[in-house]
Amino acid sequence: MADVKLSNIKKSYGNTPVLHGIDLDIKHGEFVVLVGASGCGKSTLLRLIAGLEDISSGELCIGEQQVNSLPPAQRGIAMVFQSYALYPHMTVFKNMSYGLKIAGKGKDFIDAKVREAARILHIDHLLERLPRELSGGQRQRVAIGRAIVRDPNVFLFDEPLSNLDAALRVKTRVEIGKLHQELGATIIYVTHDQVEAMTLGDKIVVMNQGRVEQCGTPLELYQHPATRFVGGFIGSPKMNFIDGKVAAIGSDHIEIQLSNGCRSRACVEAGDLKVGDSVTLGVRPEHIEERSDAGTLLSGDVSLVERLGEASFIYMTLGDGTEMVVRGSGESTVTTCERIEVSFAPHNAHVFDSNDRALRRLKPGNVHSTAQLAQLKAVGQETL
Amino acid sequence: MISLPGLKHNTGKTLMTHAVLLTYTVIALFPILVIIVNAFKSRKAIFKDPLALPTLDSFSLEGFEQVLGRADFGLYFGNSMIVTLVSLFFVLLLGAMAAWALTEYKFRGNLFLAVLIAMGIMIPIRLGTVSILNLMASLDLVNTLTALVLVYIAQGLPLAVFILSEFIRQVPKELKEAARCDNVSEYKIFFTIILPLIRPAMATVAVFTMIPIWNDLWFPLILAPGESTQTITLGVQQFIGQYVTDWNAVLSSLTLAIVPVLVLYVIFSRQLIRGLTSGAVK
Repeated sequence: MADVKLSNIKKSYGNTPVLHGIDLDIKHGEFVVLVGASGCGKSTLLRLIAGLEDISSGELCIGEQQVNSLPPAQRGIAMVFQSYALYPHMTVFKNMSYGLKIAGKGKDFIDAKVREAARILHIDHLLERLPRELSGGQRQRVAIGRAIVRDPNVFLFDEPLSNLDAALRVKTRVEIGKLHQELGATIIYVTHDQVEAMTLGDKIVVMNQGRVEQCGTPLELYQHPATRFVGGFIGSPKMNFIDGKVAAIGSDHIEIQLSNGCRSRACVEAGDLKVGDSVTLGVRPEHIEERSDAGTLLSGDVSLVERLGEASFIYMTLGDGTEMVVRGSGESTVTTCERIEVSFAPHNAHVFDSNDRALRRLKPGNVHSTAQLAQLKAVGQETL
Repeated sequence: MISLPGLKHNTGKTLMTHAVLLTYTVIALFPILVIIVNAFKSRKAIFKDPLALPTLDSFSLEGFEQVLGRADFGLYFGNSMIVTLVSLFFVLLLGAMAAWALTEYKFRGNLFLAVLIAMGIMIPIRLGTVSILNLMASLDLVNTLTALVLVYIAQGLPLAVFILSEFIRQVPKELKEAARCDNVSEYKIFFTIILPLIRPAMATVAVFTMIPIWNDLWFPLILAPGESTQTITLGVQQFIGQYVTDWNAVLSSLTLAIVPVLVLYVIFSRQLIRGLTSGAVK
């Protein structure tokens, strides 16, 4: 069993702080995805966990042991690099067995281990080849194989799919998901791709400028983004933001005077908000409908339509110049330069205060709230 | 063939480049050719027409007979071989290790050491001949091959460190990190991962180091002129007298002296062409 616990981890290069105190609890067997824009510190955090860089302050524990000053090999981790980092002059077999050989394991043991890993990854037939004779996807699998044979407590993946082409990326993503089920190991996975994060992660950690912005299950992040950054980061296309001021506060909703002149309702808890405070309204493109009676009405000029087949992304500009994206149906007949009216329901609105913190949503639609989710989990575990 | 204006221009440029290079090659190879051609001619024929190829009449192996007939020629040859190979081995080993340390590890005095070594490239070692001779005399190393080996290691190291650092820097850092995750010790990383990957660079350095050592006359003359420690370049000198020079012997021994370096060069040059890093990272 190896839980990973990070307490107030800080890292600076010289006088430049990169990570400002990261706290994170990772349970054994969990698939945790660190996600964020480039330069947010997610890769640095992974390298700190791996032991490839020194922690400036804070405590890192793997299992029961504090590992701050241990070298990578003694931490029980295995890392898969973005560039694969296969030893170019060794065959696939040697690449995978090198760590075991160094550890002084017996020949039969090594052979069995490598063949087992190769079987899981379907690379049995490639064992005698050199890395340069393999395709990108195969190299990636060898890199994963090299990690598997060492039986690590924690797998660390550093953007493992970003060098693959789109089709292979989807395929390998599914395979990594299956692999996690099969191995039951703890995985920490860094990516900048939010689709990878949503599909793979048991838990997603959204990072921004060296801080953890929010940490939760994929659906939690989607339905209850804690900050405007998370709201914008999770979901594709991005959440639309419209500035406004609080116009009235009701018991189960607030009313917002939007910058384009419209008035909107949003089912959120008002908290400390007062009438007149500036807020930002957030609505996901998929929650805006191409009809005028769903709730708040918005009208604007269409600047571009992207047709994906199953849906159309309609880019429109509101009266005050705010840009918006609407996910319309695939059969939508909207064309560029047309003036259209769209609307969204009050329970689909997110509201962020002037500090970009989200107000608690009261009716997050047909989906479960965090509390409900916890309840369900508890029930599920009981029945198990 | 597609005729693009840009391509045409390039062909012209290529021709020019090749013309220049060919001219240079001819100029560089001509003296060597003259040596080899005349080594197979009789003494008379050498003086009659130095540029003529050996004919049935003028063909003669008397120079080779004379050189190989002497027992000490083998000794000179052996001395040269020992000095060159031992120096080469240490220059490559120490050079690569120093280059690895200077590029991979941050420590106090790193930059100072790097600058010091770079200065070694700029300042010719011969400027220090007198002090080197003094040093060797006090170490009791005059007239030993060790003296030559030590000097040649010093002479070869700066350039070796300089070139190898550049190549070691190009080895992707993920490879070293992957190895560290695999619990490979720093020595093992150097010997089993870095060294195989910089083999082409090692070959380059080997060629650059080997040829000046093999051809050197200066240090053998000053540090090891004794009968038992002469190198081939020094040994040849005994055929050059103040009044009479045995040109047959001189040219033949020089021709023989070309062979070993040529063999070593062929071995190393195979490595030069290969790029081994392909496939390491995408």
